[in-house]
Amino acid sequence: MITTIAGHEVDVNEEGYLTDMTRWNEAIAAAIAAGEGVGPLTDAHLKVIHYLREQQAKGAALTIRSMGKSGVVTTKELYDLFPGGPLKKSSKIAGIPKPVGCI
Amino acid sequence: MSQHLLILGAGTAGTMMANHLRRRLSKKDWRITVVDRSDKHLYQPGLLFLPFGTYTEDQIIRETREFIPPGVDFVQAEIDRIEPARRLVALANGIEINYDLLIIATGCRTAPEETEGMLGPKWRVNIHDFYTLDGARALRKQLADFPGGRVVIHLNEVPVKCPVAPLEFIFLADTYFRERGIRDRVTLTFVTPLSGAFTKPKASKKLGHLLGDKGIELVTDFVAERIDQEEDKLVCYDGREVPYDLLVTVPTNMGDEAVRRSNLGDDLDYIETNRHTLQSVNFPDIFVLGDATNLPASKAGSVAHFESETLADNLILHIEGKPLKEEFDGHSNCFIESGNGKALLIDFNYEHEPHEGPFPFRFGPLKLLEESRLNHFGKLAFRHVYWNLLLKARPLPGISRRKKAPPVPAE
Repeated sequence: MITTIAGHEVDVNEEGYLTDMTRWNEAIAAAIAAGEGVGPLTDAHLKVIHYLREQQAKGAALTIRSMGKSGVVTTKELYDLFPGGPLKKSSKIAGIPKPVGCI
Repeated sequence: MSQHLLILGAGTAGTMMANHLRRRLSKKDWRITVVDRSDKHLYQPGLLFLPFGTYTEDQIIRETREFIPPGVDFVQAEIDRIEPARRLVALANGIEINYDLLIIATGCRTAPEETEGMLGPKWRVNIHDFYTLDGARALRKQLADFPGGRVVIHLNEVPVKCPVAPLEFIFLADTYFRERGIRDRVTLTFVTPLSGAFTKPKASKKLGHLLGDKGIELVTDFVAERIDQEEDKLVCYDGREVPYDLLVTVPTNMGDEAVRRSNLGDDLDYIETNRHTLQSVNFPDIFVLGDATNLPASKAGSVAHFESETLADNLILHIEGKPLKEEFDGHSNCFIESGNGKALLIDFNYEHEPHEGPFPFRFGPLKLLEESRLNHFGKLAFRHVYWNLLLKARPLPGISRRKKAPPVPAE
């Protein structure tokens, strides 16, 4: 469905995840973050978000492990930055799909 | 002088490939060898049932050689490393095997050592896995003697082999304890690093009620920093704790250690594989299938089965110097035990999430994403299909390698 986030018209799925990561920008990220109770976004948040977007663009699977081993952020810091759901919240703010299981 | 096709792994994937290719490659031109560390073939879906006493070990273990066709050499040995530059595989016993074409089907393994505190003194005492034969066997005894208390089913990290098995386990545990007459003395908790037990919209909408109906507690977004064996609890990175009397964990899954020794894998030792052709991304004379790949498909026997058909075609095309088929679509299909003698059936691929509809034909007889007794009997009957048809790479009626498009919903 089409919605307006931070003044930009974007397509999101039923859970509010962007369906096209190329429509993302930092203003959209800030607005989604506020809705998730995250932020205001600091450089530490943005470093994670940009890393996630790079990995997603490469087609790599995103896991807490790969984040933790990336040197970008430790798992503990990830929970501190995105409380309550590090991967699902950081993915949403980064404009990429939610990490899911098979059902 | 004949050429040599070497297959690493005699699990579901490797065995199917040996059968497919022995039929399709002339014996005069191609020798085929399969290497595996074990001479026993384990029907892995049976491990789910072993702890509950539904299956006995002799129903799920057979001799590997029974399924390796005549004209294929089987070598029982540990693989030390793969050297693509020299086109050889070195075995742990020092023997080196040269190949012209290599199929890697070395699967994945549980890696409990990846989580701090998992392999402490209480491993296999009140901390169990059911993804290994030893683990499932030990858990069977533990469940039979369990007096009541907190049972926690824990998914440590994704991806794992048979990704729905942890949920199936908790559904079966609910039925098991009810039949033992102690369900009121048992709490069942499902702990997952994902955002829910069901994460895809259609499955979530259709099946989300199952946990609540069965009185199963759900803890989400939980990544275990460590297991505290002194106080019998899981500890999350954000400080949350889940205490247990019996912990049934699905440890981190990783590819075979030979992959790591060969520097061929990612950080979980999975091999970079073309998602549609199944050729190694880095080495054109290496093909990969089953759990060993890094594909965003499920690690499951059905996936290996669908992959094997595309891979058999592609190997022939590769030998003939023709372009490969970009055919594999991530197709996966599995029965999901939901307890009380019922099961669900799901069918999906890279593009389509699990959905409702008839299967495998337009009239059914099975129904997707719906609980039924028929699906449960389908799951139990599948063991015979596996031993008699699937491993021997015989066609399964109505089952196509590519997923059939989901029905268009009526307006």
